[in-house]
Amino acid sequence: MNKIVEARFLAPDIKLFRIEAPKIAEKRKPGQFVVVRVEELGERIPLTIADSNLEEGTVTIIVQGVGKTTKHLNLLEAGDFIHDIVGPLGKPSEIENYGVAVSIGGGVGTAIAYPTAKALKEAGNYVIGIIGGRSKEFVILEDEMRRICDELYPTTDDGSYGFHGFVTHKLQKLLDEGRKIDFVLAIGPIPMMKAVADVTRPYGIKTVVSLNPIMVDATGMCGGCRVTVDNKIYFACVDGPEFDAHKVDFDNLMKRNRMYLEHEKKSLEEFICRIDLMAKKLEKQNA
Amino acid sequence: MPELTNKDRMKIPRHHMPEQAPEVRIHNFNEVNLGYTIELAREEAERCLRCKKPVCIEGCPVAVKIPDFIKLVAEGKFKEAAEILKEDNALPAICGRVCPQEDQCEKVCVVAKKGEPVAIGHLERFVADWERMNIGYRLPEMRPKTGKKVAIVGGGPAGLSCAKDLIIMGHDVTVFEALHEIGGVLIYGIPEFRLPKEIVRAEVDYLRMLGVEFVTNYVIGLTETIDELLQRYDAVFIGVGAGLPYFLNIPGENLLGIYSANEFLTRVNLMRAFEFPKADTPIMNLQGKDVAVFGGGNTAMDAVRTALRLGAKNAMIIYRRTEAEMPARIEEIKHAKEEGVKFIFLSAPLEFIGDDDGWVRAVKIQKMQLGEPDSSGRRKPIPIEGAIETIPIDAAVIAIGNGSNPIISKTTPDLKVNKWGNIIVDPETMKTSKKGVFAGGDIVTGGATVILAMGAGRKAAKAIDEYLKNPEVW
Repeated sequence: MNKIVEARFLAPDIKLFRIEAPKIAEKRKPGQFVVVRVEELGERIPLTIADSNLEEGTVTIIVQGVGKTTKHLNLLEAGDFIHDIVGPLGKPSEIENYGVAVSIGGGVGTAIAYPTAKALKEAGNYVIGIIGGRSKEFVILEDEMRRICDELYPTTDDGSYGFHGFVTHKLQKLLDEGRKIDFVLAIGPIPMMKAVADVTRPYGIKTVVSLNPIMVDATGMCGGCRVTVDNKIYFACVDGPEFDAHKVDFDNLMKRNRMYLEHEKKSLEEFICRIDLMAKKLEKQNA
Repeated sequence: MPELTNKDRMKIPRHHMPEQAPEVRIHNFNEVNLGYTIELAREEAERCLRCKKPVCIEGCPVAVKIPDFIKLVAEGKFKEAAEILKEDNALPAICGRVCPQEDQCEKVCVVAKKGEPVAIGHLERFVADWERMNIGYRLPEMRPKTGKKVAIVGGGPAGLSCAKDLIIMGHDVTVFEALHEIGGVLIYGIPEFRLPKEIVRAEVDYLRMLGVEFVTNYVIGLTETIDELLQRYDAVFIGVGAGLPYFLNIPGENLLGIYSANEFLTRVNLMRAFEFPKADTPIMNLQGKDVAVFGGGNTAMDAVRTALRLGAKNAMIIYRRTEAEMPARIEEIKHAKEEGVKFIFLSAPLEFIGDDDGWVRAVKIQKMQLGEPDSSGRRKPIPIEGAIETIPIDAAVIAIGNGSNPIISKTTPDLKVNKWGNIIVDPETMKTSKKGVFAGGDIVTGGATVILAMGAGRKAAKAIDEYLKNPEVW
């Protein structure tokens, strides 16, 4: 059981947690993740470590409430406990001084891009950040990114803030302007990462994405997270989660991530029923 | 009762294990074998000839004093029988259920020369269950505390048996487990219907009662390295198992509906997917589906029988050799057949075929014939030219074995491993190339059995005890 010391929403349904986990805080490197279980019969879900604080022995994760487990997580507050947290898992990001590095985060993906962007800056890169969201309220970690980026471009799909368009449009614009770019890190929804790979491919720019397939143990034991890269099978949990974007079979990943869509829907419905029931009981008691 | 002669004893037929009827059990996850009654156990125990030179003990990887405990069962002294059993076996309720006795103690049993061997496994199970249900676990005689500390990496059979011996020897023992529950393959791999998890938990609680400390959610190699452990502990035992599933490496293997046996079984056993949505983790809906399991070992049998219980209409084993070469235990094959599992022999998968949504729909099979024996002594399957078939399937489980997980070897550069990633040890002491570090179980041998892992754990415990007395000479 690990205590939550801070919990606050960054955007609708996107919540930041600082969790006591001193060993993980001490060990983790940018790009690595933890596996979290919220309750006894809960599933194991991977979440990238956004940050850590050595003095207080905490790690930061940022969670978007999509399914049952993430929505349940987002109901937790400071002082509550996480049932299980294990890590740091996966390979750390390969950090080098590439020259000009563009760090792209789409939606909650910014939380995953942030630690690597920070490490890229510390390694001497000139870092350009592009962080996107559906609208202004979904652009997260702007202040944090601004502190570490030499240039930062927020983008919104609806034009409510920053550049009007997708993160890929902004990237394409920089390339069209003749900007020299040596490295791109892109993290976000699969279609976004695929689109970034398509933008940089003709330029031969080294591009890395962080994949988030369905995992169970996340230590290499089950092979459920296998992804196709360069026509070979890799386990994202131990061989990744970061891979060469130009070689990833995104279509396969997208299909594999839809494997339990029906179950996920049912699980969420059951959870909402459970909460409704509890709320009704409470009302009765108070009446 | 007058003392029976050997002739009398040989006349008693083996008592078969009462079990759930196949047509009932395929609809539940409860244990198939129901266990001997007191009467059955005592009668079966009378079959033992109490040999002067008990070869059965030599057949047991942990050298249980078999005739001694069986004699006590015959006399109705179950408490004493349990004490004798536990002197050598840390987990008798588990071994009585999952050991391949037919290849070990029962294989060499003298009674087997003229009939069926004494049901040693069934009796072991009876004694362990009787103790747990009637008197509970009691503390054995423990040696005085030595003040030495040992870290055990991996909470599976090797680590648990090593932990038990070391704690009794007076050392402090901490077991580190990567998953959220202790037991390793006993929890994530072997299904409830063959080994109820309640029994594993009870055996783990027994070790806890002896003073063993357990730390879950802790991945040695990532959360803490072996070198760091050595700063806090006087010795380390690595028993992490063979936890990296092999795939077939054929086209279409990343289609939806294709699982490794590890994933399939972990979802159902550890994560309790058969209770979905009460448990969060799902498994694909197999109601009325055709499921193919590739492989011929115990894990393949576990997977195919699990598929049946999840509602599969047609659960198949597809194996490239014949029944005679299958490494699975006879009992598992028998149970699978009774339950209606189909066996398709001499068939090697060539390719999975999927639909537009990416789901597996069929598997292409190359028919084989048996040729000369290979290095394993089994006859090698050879393709029959042009004999290719397509079998429609909705799901597939790959159960062709496991390689070694690289997390520890990658983060412990001075730990010597062979080309398959198995840790190299001195077979007498289980010590590795790294001072103070011992290893045993599947991470050393590659995929084997629970009892062999336990035997390795015991051997290592003995050596670690010696090492701790005088580390300088090691």
